[in-house]
Amino acid sequence: MTETSSLPFLSVGTAAEAPSQFAGRLRGLSDRAMAWLFIAPTILLLLAINVFPLLWTIELSFTNYRANRPNAPLRWVGFDNYASILSDSDVWYAMQATAHFVVWTITLQVLLGFGLALLINRRFRGHGFWTTVILLPMMLSPAVVGNFWTFLFQPQTGLFNTAIAFVTGSDPSSFQMIGDVGLAPWSIILVDTWMWTPYVMLICLAGLRSIPDDIYEAAEIDRASAWRRFWSITLPMVLPFLMLAVLFRGIENFKMFDMVNLLTSGGPGSTTEVASITLKREAFEKWRTGYSSAFAIILFVTVFGLANIYVKALNKVKQR
Amino acid sequence: MSVDAQSQSVLAPGPWSKRFAAAVVILYAGLAVLPLLWIFLTGFKTPPDSIAYPPKFVFEPSLEGYVNLFTTRSRQSDDYLAGLPPPTNWVDRLVRSRNMVIAGPSKFGQRFVNSVIIGFGSTALAVVLGTLAAYGFSRFRVPLADDLLFFILSTRMMPPIAVAIPIYLMYRSLGLTDSHLGMILLYTAVNVSLAVWLLKGFIDEIPREYEEAAMIDGYTRFQAFWRVVLPQAATGIAATAIFCLIFAWNEYAFAVLLTSGEAQTTPPFIPFIIGEGGQDWPAVAAGTTLFLVPIVVFTVLLRRHLLRGITFGAVRK
Repeated sequence: MTETSSLPFLSVGTAAEAPSQFAGRLRGLSDRAMAWLFIAPTILLLLAINVFPLLWTIELSFTNYRANRPNAPLRWVGFDNYASILSDSDVWYAMQATAHFVVWTITLQVLLGFGLALLINRRFRGHGFWTTVILLPMMLSPAVVGNFWTFLFQPQTGLFNTAIAFVTGSDPSSFQMIGDVGLAPWSIILVDTWMWTPYVMLICLAGLRSIPDDIYEAAEIDRASAWRRFWSITLPMVLPFLMLAVLFRGIENFKMFDMVNLLTSGGPGSTTEVASITLKREAFEKWRTGYSSAFAIILFVTVFGLANIYVKALNKVKQR
Repeated sequence: MSVDAQSQSVLAPGPWSKRFAAAVVILYAGLAVLPLLWIFLTGFKTPPDSIAYPPKFVFEPSLEGYVNLFTTRSRQSDDYLAGLPPPTNWVDRLVRSRNMVIAGPSKFGQRFVNSVIIGFGSTALAVVLGTLAAYGFSRFRVPLADDLLFFILSTRMMPPIAVAIPIYLMYRSLGLTDSHLGMILLYTAVNVSLAVWLLKGFIDEIPREYEEAAMIDGYTRFQAFWRVVLPQAATGIAATAIFCLIFAWNEYAFAVLLTSGEAQTTPPFIPFIIGEGGQDWPAVAAGTTLFLVPIVVFTVLLRRHLLRGITFGAVRK
């Protein structure tokens, strides 16, 4: 509790003001009681809907419970679920598919988003309008939009296939974005990139606008080349913003379910079966509740651990 | 002033550099918006036109998609159709021309209403709770404030399916499965983290001297909150509300796992708009269009606060 009470590592830009203990104790309740009065409802709701279920999941993960057979005898299995998950080749496959998805979507979104932000920052006439147009996909429901992309990806009649065929001169029915084992992982990457490039772009744009003009003026006096200015001023100044965007996208895409479930539902075979899809199969199709609870805990610990490591790195970059 | 002229060349890009930037950005925007345009257009095609090869860019607009979206129809024999009284309106005429009769309304309307009820209900709750908590965190010295705020945020790191497993069991024993109340509580819990983080940022920006002055004038703490802070935070509260509403409106994972009929929202329903022989694409497109239009409107309204909303208030302009 030193400088700010909003989490220091996440705030980029104007830092929040520190809460001072000012004249809150004018009458009646003490400050502390007042504070709890304001905060308690939220904490109670989160305890009921987040913490209690989480604890329950931990408990279930040590049992053989099956939600479709609530009356079957419950047996404690210790760490058996965890052990079988870590030795399950399907699970490792799902983790690989997830990693492939996360790494490629983030790479493409960072390159495209940063590039677009640099261009928009040149403030050509009408850039505000076009920025809003570009932002649209990320606000829409990934499920509803993912469902519609199956239509765009239809061989022969789909708009996407027609467009690619038109550009490359091939036959629109010569490839299947969703049905082909090699292309399906790229179809989910493509749709995710279409949806979320604007997200990275918007955050980069804020980073670019936070750079004071006089730094560039000084560089100009030093006759720094455009290339040099980019590497020594623009990139380092935007980096904290970019890393924040990567953090949020990374967490979101690690959890990815809705768009993939409707676009490929993990297929063909299990080529696009990202972790959440496997989890859904185990929990709500095979009804292995105990097993899937253990998997859920492993996923949560993974996201949480990776995010924490990443935030430490982000802090280092910001302190430079 | 040669330095000024030079620095101008860095800070203000030249006309060609601007033209190049504009061309690339507009090209990207055009490509990005094309799928959305296609959804909109497909909604006004007939089913055969929607799956024509090659795809039809020019076609005779039809409202069949929208009619199919809101009705269920049954195919009838020519004899049966000939024996019916003549169609009374354009909807009947359209359906008869496909050798069908309207059997009744579809479930789309009800699902849409569910989306509205659950969306607005959870938004209202999340914003009320979030405003209170944000004010608490902003103005009082809360023990372990950083940890509590981080805990509130970390509830968002769980994959939704992982959360859905115990919620499913909990709701089953409480009788909340497939109920509006259950979905409202769940979405509130997810949205309250966003609401607290965003609103804390907005409230931090309101000078505390305003309340101090009000309290010296004899307001109680709560009166000061109600009459001084809330009006000042109105814009922030509105922006936060829209973000919560968009989340609840778009949410799919919980909806598909925890609802099946009574309280099902629109996203899990749209993929199951089936015609004869697979998805009825014009009807799907019509439903998708109606579902997306409010969000497009909100996005345009939110332009200025978008950045805060998508980063939990971490980046402010």
